[in-house]
Parts: sequence; C-alpha cells; structure tokens
Amino acid sequence: MLKIWSMKKEQQKDENSAEGNGAAAPKKKKVTAAQLRAQKDLSELSLGTTMSTEFPDPDNILSFVLYVEPDEGMYKGGRFSFTFNITPSFPHEPPKVQCREKIYHPNIDLEGKVCLNILREDWKPVLDLNAVIVGLQFLFLEPNASDPLNKEAAEDLRNNREGFKRNVKIAMGGGSVRGESYKRVLI
Amino acid sequence: MATTEVHPASEPARWAYLDRIRTRPGPFTNPDSFDGKVVAEAMENMKILVIGAGGLGCELLKNLALSGFKDIHVIDMDTIDISNLNRQFLFRQTDVGSFKAEVAARFVERRVKGVKITPHNCKIQDFDEDFYMQFQLVVCGLDSIEARRWINAMLVNMVDEEVEDSYKPLIDGGTEGFKGQARVILPTVTSCIECQLDMHAPRAAVPLCTLASIPRQPEHCIEWAHVIAWDQEKPFPDLDKDDPEHITWLYQKSLHRAREFNIPGVTYSLTQGVVKNIIPAIAATNSVIAAACCNEALKIASNCAPFLGYPDNNYMMYSGNDSIYTYTFRHERKDDCPVCGTLARPLPDIDQAWTLRDLVDSFAARPEAQLKKPSVRAEGKTLYMQSPPSLEAQTRPNLDKTLVELGLVDGQEIGVTDPAFATVVFKYRLKFKS
Ligand SMILES: [Zn+2]
Repeated sequence: MLKIWSMKKEQQKDENSAEGNGAAAPKKKKVTAAQLRAQKDLSELSLGTTMSTEFPDPDNILSFVLYVEPDEGMYKGGRFSFTFNITPSFPHEPPKVQCREKIYHPNIDLEGKVCLNILREDWKPVLDLNAVIVGLQFLFLEPNASDPLNKEAAEDLRNNREGFKRNVKIAMGGGSVRGESYKRVLI
Repeated sequence: MATTEVHPASEPARWAYLDRIRTRPGPFTNPDSFDGKVVAEAMENMKILVIGAGGLGCELLKNLALSGFKDIHVIDMDTIDISNLNRQFLFRQTDVGSFKAEVAARFVERRVKGVKITPHNCKIQDFDEDFYMQFQLVVCGLDSIEARRWINAMLVNMVDEEVEDSYKPLIDGGTEGFKGQARVILPTVTSCIECQLDMHAPRAAVPLCTLASIPRQPEHCIEWAHVIAWDQEKPFPDLDKDDPEHITWLYQKSLHRAREFNIPGVTYSLTQGVVKNIIPAIAATNSVIAAACCNEALKIASNCAPFLGYPDNNYMMYSGNDSIYTYTFRHERKDDCPVCGTLARPLPDIDQAWTLRDLVDSFAARPEAQLKKPSVRAEGKTLYMQSPPSLEAQTRPNLDKTLVELGLVDGQEIGVTDPAFATVVFKYRLKFKS
C-alpha cells in the first residue's frame, strides 16, 4: 500500500516547514468551503453610500438582504431590496438573488427574478459578491431594453423613453402601470 | 439469476495473472522490503470504498472485484430506474425500484466468489469521519460536483499529520458523453477537487431573458416552464423532480409554450432530462474511465507500478469527441484553496477567559498573519465581522464576551479573513491553555 504519510513527511522536509507541532487535537466542526468563501467575500464588500445589508440571522452569512437606494438615474429616490441565498455549492454556483419589491423594470420580472448575465450563464467561481452587487447597481442605472424579462416594460423603454421614466415614477410611488399595481418604494 | 453463478476451477487459477503482476518483484518495487505474499494478503484485507453505483459505479465494482479487492463498500442513495438499464449492466428489469447499491453488491458477490461487498443505501453525508476512517482507499464514480466536493473536503479535513492512517487516497472518475477524466488526489499532498474546480465546465445556462422573450429551442421552453412559469403559478408547494405529476405539469406548460413559438421537439423525456439536468451517458466512456480508475487503485494498493498522482501527473483527461485525445498532466495545488490550501493550523496558548477582542487583537501579532482587520467565524457562528457595516454592528457585542461565553471549545476550528489578504483564508484550531 502506498504510504502517503511518508511522502508528506518528505514533502515537508523539502519545504523546510515545521508545522503541525503538538499532539492531535480532537476534531471539531469544520468551517465549510462555501462559508469560508462567503466570509471572505463579505469582508471585502464595498457597498458605498447607496447600499446596505441586513442579516436576519448573523450566524447564517449565507442568507441576507441587500438594500439598494439609487442616487442617480430613473430609479433615484426608490429603495429596493434583494434576497441573497448562497448555496453549499458556492462559488461553483452563483448566489440566488431575487428582488423583494414589485418593480417596473425591463430586466426584473414581477416575481422579482433578475436577468443579470453573471447570475446565470456568465457566472464563474472567480467572480465574487462584489461583482454581483455592481451588476445590480448597473441595472438601475442602465435598464436594458434588448434583453427583456418584463417585455412590456422593455417595449415601453424602447418606444418612449420619457413615458417609461414616467411609468417608473408612478410604479415607485405606489400607482398602477398597465393594469399592474405597485407598492410605494420611495424614501 | 442462476446463470450468473460461476465456479472457477480453482481460486488460484482465477488470480494467476493478477498474481504474476502483484506478487513478483518488478522494476518499481522496493528490492529490500518486497514480499509478494504480503502484497496479495494486504490487498485482500484492505477496505475500499466505492461512492456511486450508477454507470461508473457498476464498472468500478466489477473491475475492483476482478482485481483482487475482497472487502468493498458501496454507497448510493438512488433506486434503479428503467432508463439505467442500457448501461448499468448489473441491473435487470426486475430490479427496477430497488436500491442500486444493494443490487450491484449482490450481483458482483454472486459473480466473483470470495468478495464481500457491503452496500449502503444512503447519502454520503449521512456518514461521519469515523465511518470514512475505516477505509484505505476511496474511489468515486459520481455525477454531481456537490457530492465530490463534499467527500473531498471530508477526506482533506480528516488528515491528521500525526496519524499515518488518516491519509486516504481518493480516486475520482467522471464522464460526460464522450468525455471523461480520471484523477488521483492525495489529500493535502497533491491538488484536490476544490483546487481543480475550474476543470468542471459550469452547467450551460441560457440567459433568463432568452427564456422569457425569445425561446428558440425546445429546451428553452422547458427551462421557461421550470424557472419562470413554476414560480408564477406554484402548482405544487415544492418542485419534486422525481414526481411524475410535477414533471407532467412542466411538460404540459412547455408544450403549450413551444406551440406558441412554433418550436417542435418538446417531449416528456426531454422535459425530465432538462429539469433533472441529466447528462448524456455513454456506456463505453464509463468503461474507459472506470478501467483507468481501477488500475490506479490496484497500483496504489500493490505498488506494482507507478500510479497517477505523485509526484508529477495527477489528472488524466480523455476526449472522444473528435477522434481520440488523451492528456495526462499535473494540476497544481492551489495555495489559496479553501479546502486544502489552508489546513487549520493550531492556535496554541489561548486562554479561555480571553474576550473575543483579545483573540481578534492577537492576530495582529501572529507572524504568518499580521492581520489588522480580521473577521472571525466558526461553523454556524459568526463571531466578529469587520464588514459589511450591519453585520459589524450585529457582531460587535461579541467582542466583550469571553470565548467560553461564546461557546467556543478546545479544538474548535475558526476561519479568519482580512481584506489585506484578498485571496487567503486562514483556518485555525483553537488550543486552550490547560
Ligand atoms: Zn485544494
């Protein structure tokens, strides 16, 4: 039988490292890879002045809410929140992100699903939570009519930009747009 | 099945060729310590674990049993589906609905006299360290990355530098259509599955907006029903991908949408395939990869020839998509691998009467870390996070609590991060002063 142990000892001799002194400690609960990675991402998060977080349970960093308050663009003055759910497969799989408020937006549907490439087809394990929140911020600055999730909002934006802006204001103020009623999200 | 009962003329005859390889000294055996008898005996007493009893698992069990391993365990939680029978050759139509591990074990035991196969009809996550510690070798034939990552982290974390038997070589096989790979992982010595995560192509996803507005393929219609229509209509509280009623609902929705866009090709089985993310499996690719894995197991167990894994190559890729191409190379271990890059180092002389603040401040003085803004967590317990601000505020009161008050115990593992070390996560095992 192969002796990895002796190989390891040899490797350590090569590296001249003197680690692992002392007797073996009893094995206790290990921190999982997804949690370590989430911890790392969170400690590097740059939220700026327009974003904040909320952790319903601070001991569970895999589940939190991100608040976005755009300070420019068509959604300025509104306050939107996104639930972030990080699965045990993170970062192999992207975090699951959903908008909690009903929003009139070409790239977010009425259930809160977000069409952001890095949350789906373009996700890579090297991307981090910062990349995701930058992407979300961008959606508020530059709603994109060519990749619509809410087709009506996209057509509106394409055909009549001023009318779309008005409808965004109405929706954020708690009014109805095209027969769909929205909750007030203005701060 | 009576016809599978085989009685070889004699046991030695069955193993004659194998014994020629493993019991005779070769150019790679150690001339001083080689004893052929010991090798065969050691292999017979060795406990080997096979994870997965599907396409690869059937091949692995058959091969290992025919290679002289006598004490094999197999874990698989799945039951046999009619669609498995085209390649999972240890199963028959009458076995549909039975546990794969159970049926595979019995079949190979009947076929290869003298081998003992212990089936476990459950998830790998149902077992703990003590269970995995009993094996000398682990061979994986899995189709899920999540399960691979789990067993990899388990085996890496089991390594105790003081205990020779805590090092378990992991042989991992995987296939997808005409492509596959075989790799050997020597936990903490060579690159691990987490280090090699970039070798797995992520699941090809279609942009959500394509699904929502311009479906072009039958798969787009099915994904639309799965990702969008299901959430809008919630026909059942939770989607159960194994419930025919749920799949039928998705199939009907997809069909309706496909008609709307004039897209042909939506069928019930395609719906099932897309929703369950079934990767097309080709029987002979499983054979190629399982054979490679089994031979590495034999070589590791008997030392009869150099094996994949150390010191150079550890990864063999096989591609049959475009003629045949194989390439064996060394995948480097990553220093910042969250699983094997940072083995928990002992953090000695911790006074359990310390406050968390004392502990956090102590990281600034540690030569290998010198952390100015450390964030500290234990599994399931956020001790102190410097960022984001809301989490900092929530965990700040912990700073004045003692380690004991926070529930930390001797030997507990903690993860420490600092924005100054963007790519590194430090893991420590607390060692209390007695
Ligand atoms: Zn690794």
